[in-house]
Amino acid sequence: MALAPVVLEVKDLHAYLYTRWGVVRAVDGVSFALREGETLGLVGESGCGKTMTGLSVLRLLPEPAGRIVRGQVLLEGEDLVTKSESEMREVRGRRISMILQDPQTSLNPVFTVGAQLVEALKLHHREPAHALWRRAEDALRRVKVAAPEQRMRAYPHQMSGGMKQRVVGAIAVAGEPRVLIADEPTTALDVTIQLQYLTLLKEIQARTRLAMLFITHDFGIVARMCDRVAVMYAGRIVESGPTRALFRAPRHPYTEALMASVPRMEASVERLPSIEGQPPPLHELPAGCRFAARCGHADDRCRREYPPTFPAGPAHEAACWRVEPSAPSR
Amino acid sequence: MARIEEGLEVSTLARPRGDLARLPWVSFFIIALLVVVAVLAPLVAPHSPTEQSLPDKLRPPAWQEGGSANHLLGTDVLGRDVLSRLIYGARVSLIVAAAALLAGGGVGLMVGIVSGYVGGRVDSFLMRVVDATLTFPTILIALLLAVSMGQGLQTIAIAITVLIWARFARVVRGEVLSVKARDFVALARVHGCSHPRIMAIHIVPNVMNTFMVLLTLHIGFVIIVEASLSFLGAGIPPPTPSWGQMVADGRSHIASAWWLAVVPGAAIVLVVLAFNLFGDWLRDWLDPRLRQV
Repeated sequence: MALAPVVLEVKDLHAYLYTRWGVVRAVDGVSFALREGETLGLVGESGCGKTMTGLSVLRLLPEPAGRIVRGQVLLEGEDLVTKSESEMREVRGRRISMILQDPQTSLNPVFTVGAQLVEALKLHHREPAHALWRRAEDALRRVKVAAPEQRMRAYPHQMSGGMKQRVVGAIAVAGEPRVLIADEPTTALDVTIQLQYLTLLKEIQARTRLAMLFITHDFGIVARMCDRVAVMYAGRIVESGPTRALFRAPRHPYTEALMASVPRMEASVERLPSIEGQPPPLHELPAGCRFAARCGHADDRCRREYPPTFPAGPAHEAACWRVEPSAPSR
Repeated sequence: MARIEEGLEVSTLARPRGDLARLPWVSFFIIALLVVVAVLAPLVAPHSPTEQSLPDKLRPPAWQEGGSANHLLGTDVLGRDVLSRLIYGARVSLIVAAAALLAGGGVGLMVGIVSGYVGGRVDSFLMRVVDATLTFPTILIALLLAVSMGQGLQTIAIAITVLIWARFARVVRGEVLSVKARDFVALARVHGCSHPRIMAIHIVPNVMNTFMVLLTLHIGFVIIVEASLSFLGAGIPPPTPSWGQMVADGRSHIASAWWLAVVPGAAIVLVVLAFNLFGDWLRDWLDPRLRQV
């Protein structure tokens, strides 16, 4: 099977936040590639730079503190980092879109759902109002909202969270984007609704060959949704690979520790293993491996030198000295 | 399925009817009466507001001994009909309120939105200007302006505008800050909306509720400031009737001819109260979340 073409490629991206307390290196050399119709899961604990990575792809870092310092974001070969703000507006929504975590605040409370869908469609289609309205209704139907004709006239507060998040999804794909960045889209939904929503995203993806960057901290969702996974720690991707391979044989100690801390149905444990300590603050990062302070395998070299990314299997790589091909197995 | 949809329509999707049942009818009636009377003043006033008739001076209201049906609310020291002066005075109050609120509210809304949305240095600068404006003692500045620009309707409107815009700017800015932080603004950026467009379609409608309520609540304030200025002699020059002026003139006769000060005073109280109650109702009515309950 030939590989689908790469839609989005991020190369050595550095995005820093210049704050009163110093430079926060939120994204510090992140690289990944996203193919058509593929879902890449970006996992990691809170504050490790997942969301910032998503926002820097769209060049929507918080202003005025955030800045992309180095690196490239290639969308179908075009570098977005060098684009002007007005060129970026053409990209946003039309070629890359995003869904955020909280459906409660993702919709404007003073307009009906229909008006907001039409507003989003208007940016991409030059059509008379009634045609846009029809199109919006179709969009609602496609995200499986019951009775779309009536829902069009409803205000966001008259809908449930799951319903609202569907509408947000409909708005996000209204411009028929090539890439969808989903930033924990199901965190605020309850479990049964989560499943429905994820299935829906999968269906949309199958229909449109959308490339999805799925930001989450839930391994269950990763297993269900993602073709590949990238694990982020303190601003960098420490391990990435096909979901199955990475789940079966995590190579980076951080990934291992994360997996170990997921509760399992089969085994009953007294106490879940947890990762001791805190990630290093992003404005004063250590010179060596950032996980060294919490890692059971760390030695002097780990603390001194940041490990490069080593191949760890087919399409699988990890940034850990233990994976170095010539390394003596420890 | 059809049944379910019908159910939906009835229970959750029915268009909010607008809570007319809870409209404060008394306030609404007072406001409506004020507007109608002010607009139709020449038709409804029984006498000219400035026509003097010394033989008729200091007539008490009709229901008191010595009063006549010809002068329902009595006459003042110069024999002018109090009711007619009250009716013409309503014009002054309304014109000043409308002009000052349109200008001051408009400026305040714009400053507040820009300040809150743009943030940073622009915000700091604008808010310091607002702080400075708010430290001015209202009446003193209005007096100063009245003295330097000459008395008149225009002066009063301008003076009140200068004083009032900062209150709007301050409140609107706060509201913008909270709206700006919500996800739909971020998502609008994600979908390729420009900043001016976001301000126009996402920020403004969301602060409009607050703004409208603020506006009605300030009608009362403006009427009082206008009355105070006229009372202090820096307002509308005589013989044009104004409520504040009437209270001031009646003050010296409060023991002998109580109606001269009490009638316009009561009018001010009633109208201000009516606008405030109306503002409260408007706040509930404009909020789509409260409206449907």
